[in-house]
Amino acid sequence: MNTPSATAGHAATPAWKEWLFTTDHKRIGVLYLVGSMAAFGVAGLMALIIRLEQMNVGMQYITSGTQYNGFLYFHGAAMILAFLIPGLTGFAANYFLPLMIGARDVAFPRINAFSVWLFYFAIVLALLSFVIPDAPDIMWTGYPPYSITTAGNTSFYVFTVHLLGFSSILGAVNFLVTVIYMRAPGMGWNQLNMFTWTTVAAFVLQLIFIPVLAAAVTLLLFDKYLGTHFYDPSAGGDVLLYQNLFWFYSHPAVYVIFLPAVGILFEILSTMGKNAVFNYKAAVYGGIWGIVGIAGIVWIHHLYVTGMPDWLRLGHMVTTLLISVPVGILTLSMWGTLWKAAITYNTAMMYAVSCLYLILLGGLTGIPLALPSLTLHLSETSYVHAHFHFIMALFSAFALFGGIYYWFPKMTGRYADGAVATLSFWCNFIGVNVTFWPLFIIGVEGMPRRYWDYQMFPQFESYHHIATYGAFIVGFGMLLQFGNFIYSAVAGKKAPLNPWNSQSLEWTHTQSPPGPGNFIDDVVVDENWSPYNYSK
Amino acid sequence: MRLLTATLTMAATVLLATQASAEGALANPPESWEHLWAEVMIDLYVIGGIFGAAAIYMLFKFKAKSPDQVGTAKPLSAVQAISWVLIPAAIFMADDFFLAANGWTVWNEYRRVPENAMEVKVTGYQWYWEFEYEDGTVTEDLVVPVGQPVVLRMTSEDVIHDFGLPYYRVKEDVMPGRITYIWINPAEANESFVQCAEYCGADHSNMWTSVRAVPQEEFDAWLSASADDPTFDIGEWRTSWTEQQTSQGIASR
Repeated sequence: MNTPSATAGHAATPAWKEWLFTTDHKRIGVLYLVGSMAAFGVAGLMALIIRLEQMNVGMQYITSGTQYNGFLYFHGAAMILAFLIPGLTGFAANYFLPLMIGARDVAFPRINAFSVWLFYFAIVLALLSFVIPDAPDIMWTGYPPYSITTAGNTSFYVFTVHLLGFSSILGAVNFLVTVIYMRAPGMGWNQLNMFTWTTVAAFVLQLIFIPVLAAAVTLLLFDKYLGTHFYDPSAGGDVLLYQNLFWFYSHPAVYVIFLPAVGILFEILSTMGKNAVFNYKAAVYGGIWGIVGIAGIVWIHHLYVTGMPDWLRLGHMVTTLLISVPVGILTLSMWGTLWKAAITYNTAMMYAVSCLYLILLGGLTGIPLALPSLTLHLSETSYVHAHFHFIMALFSAFALFGGIYYWFPKMTGRYADGAVATLSFWCNFIGVNVTFWPLFIIGVEGMPRRYWDYQMFPQFESYHHIATYGAFIVGFGMLLQFGNFIYSAVAGKKAPLNPWNSQSLEWTHTQSPPGPGNFIDDVVVDENWSPYNYSK
Repeated sequence: MRLLTATLTMAATVLLATQASAEGALANPPESWEHLWAEVMIDLYVIGGIFGAAAIYMLFKFKAKSPDQVGTAKPLSAVQAISWVLIPAAIFMADDFFLAANGWTVWNEYRRVPENAMEVKVTGYQWYWEFEYEDGTVTEDLVVPVGQPVVLRMTSEDVIHDFGLPYYRVKEDVMPGRITYIWINPAEANESFVQCAEYCGADHSNMWTSVRAVPQEEFDAWLSASADDPTFDIGEWRTSWTEQQTSQGIASR
């Protein structure tokens, strides 16, 4: 993605140097986009291998269980830590948050550049784990004692988490300072874009909870390589301490992914529906901040079958069920934004509509998992696997792809819409349903997760066949999608500056793509301005 | 599909059934699980149906007729805005507490071991299970007498495993340095299996063995025979299980 107006002032500097040493938030955003999409591509290939292996009972394509476990590890870790989080809080926040609040850059541009290169180092480290003989096989959760006793190289996992965590903490501080101090004069808190609010909330969660994850994996490293016994019960350690620390971060991490995706969804729904966000203050203060408030007290629902004390399991059952209140308020705002709207359908809006389906399906299938008594059977089955793919992975990925179509004219000056985009959307949407519905059904019957063989359930083979076909439909759709992105960036149909007639600052006040410093004149807004003010 | 049909048929009688099971002599957790599941499914269908229908209606009804058209929704008054928070929140919370109360009841059934339960010690290893009976007999498959509640006291000798019994709708982690428990009450003679449900390494997928519920006399005979000479061949059992399951289609319960 070339940004000609940005390079105009520095004609003497070669392009590679411009990108390598850039401190411009838009270029850093593009770097995050490229890195996260590369991670998505590799981790997606892993998913196809996993699905192929599960098609039939017995060993099909892999040469050992350890090799399969390595693929599972990489798929999970890369999709969450290197695709979803950097794609949403790296790419989308970097590129669009400063534009939305009328800022010329982030508060600390050099720290921002440092963050993105830490992210790239982490990706390199993760990819290196493929070429070492003792690849990590500890799943993205890395539970001890297995992660300590395994021959796999746990340190690659630990250092990858360290680098990404450091990168995220720096990013969080940077963006919180930016939003607090660098909003356009006149822009009050109740005039922020929904995407700005959700991103702020995600960064607050990162700032609070990442240190806990960093501590958890550091102790893992000490236990494995320095001979300490933090997680070793035979020497007085606690085998469940790690799981508590890990999920104390990793449940909020679900919202770090979920919330910015919700923000993108609101931007698309409001712009394409030419309607204000329904009950904005309730969505912000009740929905978004309600989720932040409850995020840190529900993690035991990941430990329902670990023999935790009964009072703890039942207490977290209640808090987990109460997540439905802030999420319900957000959902009502999404639905309300459609009321008496004037909806224009395009690829971005199709992704947004599919997200409404995904949040409904993924959210509701979480209700049984909030109950410890039902989870006693459902835990670690492919029901859980299908549930979190729908609510976290697919919802967030579809919102991110919708966001890319939505902002494509801003980043490149060209549309990415067209017949190929529509075809790839339908492949992706139909494909994910064909993949994950069979897994719901056999999961309730007991099909376990993380199995490469399932001799006890040979009758499930046909379901695994269907799921695998679905995965390849998605694979085909994604190939079309990326081809379309690359083609459209170079030769797509030219778009006007504000093709969707949005009211948001990134559309009304900037070039496509925005030049250095973003805005020609300083942006000033009055108290009647709103990014969603369509019916004035 | 079996599941869908079962869910729909149970939907009609779910409340009566829940009450009936509360009156029964001995708790039957798998049955209560099915009732709770059916109850939660009704909840999901109702909420999903309302939201889904509303979305489909609005997505078709409010299509823009011209490119310049804008939405005509009026801004909410303060009272409306607050009502749109408090009323839905009250409904969601009522539903939450209703589900929590029912979930709690079933949970207690799962956790309260009957006093006459027979104890079997379970140890998990990478990658097999070991069972120790009250008389000290050690076996590598689990056989229990029909009609006799059995409590499994479980621990691990290496990494974390999980003792998963899909037929009995229950599982619990098996950890080094800790003892966890589950209990089952086999109502009829049958053959099922236990599978490891916590990732434990290369052969995680193969860490499964048979669980048989047999009449008391058969159990006694089996136990004394096992004490002398364990003849059970797990490989042979697995082969016959696989053949049997393939011929039966999806039904596992």
